[in-house]
Amino acid sequence: MAQVLLNEIEKSYGDVQVVRRLSLQVAAGEFLVLVGASGCGKSTTLRMVAGLESITSGELRIGERVVNDVPPRDRDIAMVFQSYALYPHMTVYDNMAFGLTLRKVPKAEIATRVRHAAAMLGLNALLDRKPAALSGGQRQRVAMGRAVVRQPAVFLFDEPLSNLDAKLRVQMRLEIAKLHKRLQATILYVTHDQVEAMTLADRIAVMHEGVLQQCASPHEIYATPVNTYVATFIGSPAMNLLPVAVTQNASGWQLTGSGLTLQLGPQEHNLPSTLTVGVRPQDWRRAQPDEAIHARLGVEVVEPLGAETNVFGALVDAIAVPIADKTAQQRQESATIWRSDPSDRVRDGDEIALHITRFHLFSADGQRLHVPAESGVPN
Amino acid sequence: MASPPDLNSVAPKGFAAWLPHVLLVPVAVVTLYPVLYVVKLAFSGTAGASSSPSPFPERLDFSAFSQVVATTDSSGNWLFGYQLFNSLAVSAVTTVVGISLACTAAYAFARFDFAGRRAGLLGFLATQMFPGILTLIPLYVLIQKLNLLDSLWGLVLVYSTTTIPFCTWTLKGYFDTLPKEIEESAIVDGATRLQIFLRIILPLSAPAIAVTALFSFMSAWNEFVLAYTFLSKEVAYTMPVMIRGYVGEKDVQWSLFAASSLIVSLPVMALFYALEKHLVGGLTSGGVKG
Repeated sequence: MAQVLLNEIEKSYGDVQVVRRLSLQVAAGEFLVLVGASGCGKSTTLRMVAGLESITSGELRIGERVVNDVPPRDRDIAMVFQSYALYPHMTVYDNMAFGLTLRKVPKAEIATRVRHAAAMLGLNALLDRKPAALSGGQRQRVAMGRAVVRQPAVFLFDEPLSNLDAKLRVQMRLEIAKLHKRLQATILYVTHDQVEAMTLADRIAVMHEGVLQQCASPHEIYATPVNTYVATFIGSPAMNLLPVAVTQNASGWQLTGSGLTLQLGPQEHNLPSTLTVGVRPQDWRRAQPDEAIHARLGVEVVEPLGAETNVFGALVDAIAVPIADKTAQQRQESATIWRSDPSDRVRDGDEIALHITRFHLFSADGQRLHVPAESGVPN
Repeated sequence: MASPPDLNSVAPKGFAAWLPHVLLVPVAVVTLYPVLYVVKLAFSGTAGASSSPSPFPERLDFSAFSQVVATTDSSGNWLFGYQLFNSLAVSAVTTVVGISLACTAAYAFARFDFAGRRAGLLGFLATQMFPGILTLIPLYVLIQKLNLLDSLWGLVLVYSTTTIPFCTWTLKGYFDTLPKEIEESAIVDGATRLQIFLRIILPLSAPAIAVTALFSFMSAWNEFVLAYTFLSKEVAYTMPVMIRGYVGEKDVQWSLFAASSLIVSLPVMALFYALEKHLVGGLTSGGVKG
């Protein structure tokens, strides 16, 4: 078990910079998930840690050692690939033993370690099979077993569950969580799936266009996203972002625009003239008679999910195009989302008065503004 | 494992079912007739065959075979033994040399980026575009200068250099299809390039190597023009040159010609049989998500 330290790491292919000044620390025994849309540089980062990509500039440490120029085999890491990357001509046992054989570990110890890992992952009955005779889930378990037997200082996972079907993914996610609990290993895990990130991580690092946006615990990322990118990337359905104009009045500050009217109390600092208000779909509700109405939602599509109902629509004052004239795609893209309770019994065409219970403020360029919570959502 | 679909349930009935056979049977006859006729000639013995057009042997007379096998030259050398050995040795060494060089070259072309990579590949391709006969005279001069006329090494040298470009292209094509992640996984596991090549790439490429090896072996085994040009001593002949010897200017011994042709075909058939399971691909299935 060792910590991994990325210090101002950069990666360029010619003129194209794919990772920019990335500084990140994975503590010993920590499960850190690198998450971001495809092309954000997360896999490249992982491959640099593995030693499969060279580092253009910056310093990479595993444990106390600078490993920028250390070949992968001497970095004491093990990696699990999205495509499993098993050796097709070897049995499960040989696949798991391969790395140890190369390191000239005594045969008896290899056998012990392989059987131990196989037992942990439920692979004992499959040791004599070849990868072609295994299901997707079993192959991914073999790939994990191959990493486990190595007893590396750091485990690297590159989207290990992306090739599995939804049900299996949930199951394997649990297995990975259990594995981490059991091994207390340092894990750097790359995924584009925010559910994996939220459920597995001790900390999540969100990347966008090669730049680290935020690195914090899942709860913190969700509760206080540092910018609109993180705000919309984490959380499903995504947070509503509503641009507003800011005016000062007797009781403080008024935010209006996009069909939204919000009154804030007095602030320590002056607010800029335009802002973006972020509201998570579950952070508004049908306004009670004694509550302020912050917006009116013209309902376009209702998606009942059982426990909750996602309501898509446009905030009434903001409707520029009459609802009937919009294409289905326009509706989806511009939709404001409200996660309502099934008991609200919302129908297409309804107009609902909404009250906001919690919101986030971002500057016009998307950075979070820290507005004291008590000043938010007055009546 | 999924059971194969039941093709009978969708097979055409009536005339439509017969149509392919109506077309294919004549093609099969045209293809097989000359081969069968050679078999008939070979088993007709030294007395020769009747002029009947039937392709089936009229009797089973092995005298032509025994005469071919027993051939000796004026000083008592067992010519057939020499020539069989020559052919086997030249073909086997050509295959081993050609495949070893082609495998390593193909791996480099497939995986590394180096100056001259494209030019090298195109150069290899260009050599395949000229008829082989074009190189006959320059090769003769080279072989003569190297003092390799009437030498098996001369043939090995020429055969392997002519098969390497084709083998390299075929193997490169196959290496390109092997997922890179498998190699990366081996790198992380601690393997060196050489270990990856020997323990991962080569075993995974067995079907492709079998095909190219067979090609190498057959092209050396069957080659006639170069061998006929470079070899002048009977004890140095390869089998195709020996077969040609039965068709003289004045006297044509068709039954010996046919019998020796059948003998020459046997090792190739045996090789096909032995390599059959490798010729069927699919070894890599299951390593990565397909």
